[in-house]
Amino acid sequence: MTAIVTDVAQRATAGRIFLALLRRDINVARRELPYFLLRTTLQPLLFIVVFGLLLPRMGYVGSAYKAALLPGVLAVSLAFSSVQSVALPMVADFGWTREIEDRLLAPISIELIALEKIVAGVLQGLIAALFVLPIARLIMGPIDGLTATHFALVLFIVLLGATAFSVLGLLMGSLVSPQQIGLMFSVIVAPMIFFGCAYYPWQNLSVFPFMKYAVLINPLVYVAEGMRGVLTPGMPHMDLRAVSAALIIIIAIFWTLGMRSFSKRAMG
Amino acid sequence: MIQLKGLTKRYGTFTAVDAINLEVPHGQLFGFLGPNGAGKTTTIGICTTRVLPTSGTAIIEGADVRTQSTLVRQRIGVVPQRPNPDSSLNVRENLVFHAAYFGIARSIANSRARALLEKLGIAERSEAKVMQLSGGQQQRLMIARALIHEPRVIFLDEPTVGLDPQARLDLWTILRDLHSQGRTIVMTTHHMEEADKLCDRLAIVDQGKLLAIDTPEALKARAPGGTMIELVLDGSGEVLMRDIRAVPGVSSAEAKSEHGSNSVRVYSDRGGEVIAALVTIATAHARAIRDIHLAPPSLETLFISLTGRQLT
Repeated sequence: MTAIVTDVAQRATAGRIFLALLRRDINVARRELPYFLLRTTLQPLLFIVVFGLLLPRMGYVGSAYKAALLPGVLAVSLAFSSVQSVALPMVADFGWTREIEDRLLAPISIELIALEKIVAGVLQGLIAALFVLPIARLIMGPIDGLTATHFALVLFIVLLGATAFSVLGLLMGSLVSPQQIGLMFSVIVAPMIFFGCAYYPWQNLSVFPFMKYAVLINPLVYVAEGMRGVLTPGMPHMDLRAVSAALIIIIAIFWTLGMRSFSKRAMG
Repeated sequence: MIQLKGLTKRYGTFTAVDAINLEVPHGQLFGFLGPNGAGKTTTIGICTTRVLPTSGTAIIEGADVRTQSTLVRQRIGVVPQRPNPDSSLNVRENLVFHAAYFGIARSIANSRARALLEKLGIAERSEAKVMQLSGGQQQRLMIARALIHEPRVIFLDEPTVGLDPQARLDLWTILRDLHSQGRTIVMTTHHMEEADKLCDRLAIVDQGKLLAIDTPEALKARAPGGTMIELVLDGSGEVLMRDIRAVPGVSSAEAKSEHGSNSVRVYSDRGGEVIAALVTIATAHARAIRDIHLAPPSLETLFISLTGRQLT
């Protein structure tokens, strides 16, 4: 009986500690919000200006392209604000500041500390996407076939996508050294964006069959396709069941690898 | 109460901590004394659940670091070798959030933080960014952080490294004060005087091994044959040994030859009185004396006799 009571008490404490960790990250993120939004959403928004406003107006691309572009740009914002908000502070923490040490000394398991980082990353991804959506819509003007009727589905895909990239952030943040972080973003992240079906539907890659299958290893493909499926279902997109399954598998793989490397770095 | 049994940590083929056994009873101010690389930080790392031992056990306040690490963390406070405050938060927030990581309610955390900052003399900096603090002030913040959840045991890893002499003395006062409140304190140092003046009990460690453990007084009493006199010579000291050992007052002597430097180490019961005789012997054997070193019985002479090396 006493054991059960202690167990319950311990779980309640763990919950409270988890929320305290989250409150710290939200607190810090709120102070840095303008910089955070600039860092993670400026590039997607500039893309919107060129490909969603200038080129359609010039007549180089059809207006229908906007419906393919918007979900993709949202996917990029969501994915890269999630991955950055987890990975960048972690690289500094493990690389030289060791500031995370005060949280590693908290009486809570290391998995929960990592999980809190993921949740904070998901929240920041959501904020970035919510910030980009109205601005993009404003810049591009009316978008044919854009619908908000599948709200629950939108939320589901957004959460899966943000989780996948937050967990990727955990893996990268605990694996990469501070010296390599710039290189990582230009060598891994940039190709990921351009071959992530953010700027064109996956189905249209049939014109390059090899590429069509090669890009399937890129997690961004599933986020972009999923966003298309729920926001502009009239556009060609992958089956949402396939998208969900792929994202869940990706989350499981990155979580396993990320947790392993996070524990390794956390334990001196 | 801290119990280490056969505690060992290996990194590949390198043994950082080699089968250490010791107990620190409740309320003691205990010190690990040894040079850099002796395994002190690794031992503290294991005790604070931040490093996994390869073998052996460490029980901190009844909880095993390996299987009950969250329980251990609940009961300890840690002051790291290099201050690592959360630079995204100000001084007060560092304490209040750290308390929250221990499940402490905000109102309690706020009043404890105020009291600690006051006591450690950094209350006027409570809204400052941590990067605006001096090294000594950051170290105090680390101590306040280690105390905010009122742990039973406090671990400090080389707490005075990098502090100016005044900040070092201030820190000693803080540690004595904590000790007088009945807390168990475990610290590491490679500073003889600090170990001697501050600690109730000392473990002398080198190359991962525990060489001696006792009170500073008892350890000093174990220092061999009184005053140590070291003569640095221009050639091997072997030829002098027979004559030196015959000098009245010399309890033991040995010749050393290391890295091209030759020396004779003599322990004297009559302090520096034997120096004249030693100089005469050296001259008689055509050895020039390059340097003379004199050390009264101390933790330093004990350390040298245990390891054959200087502490720093």
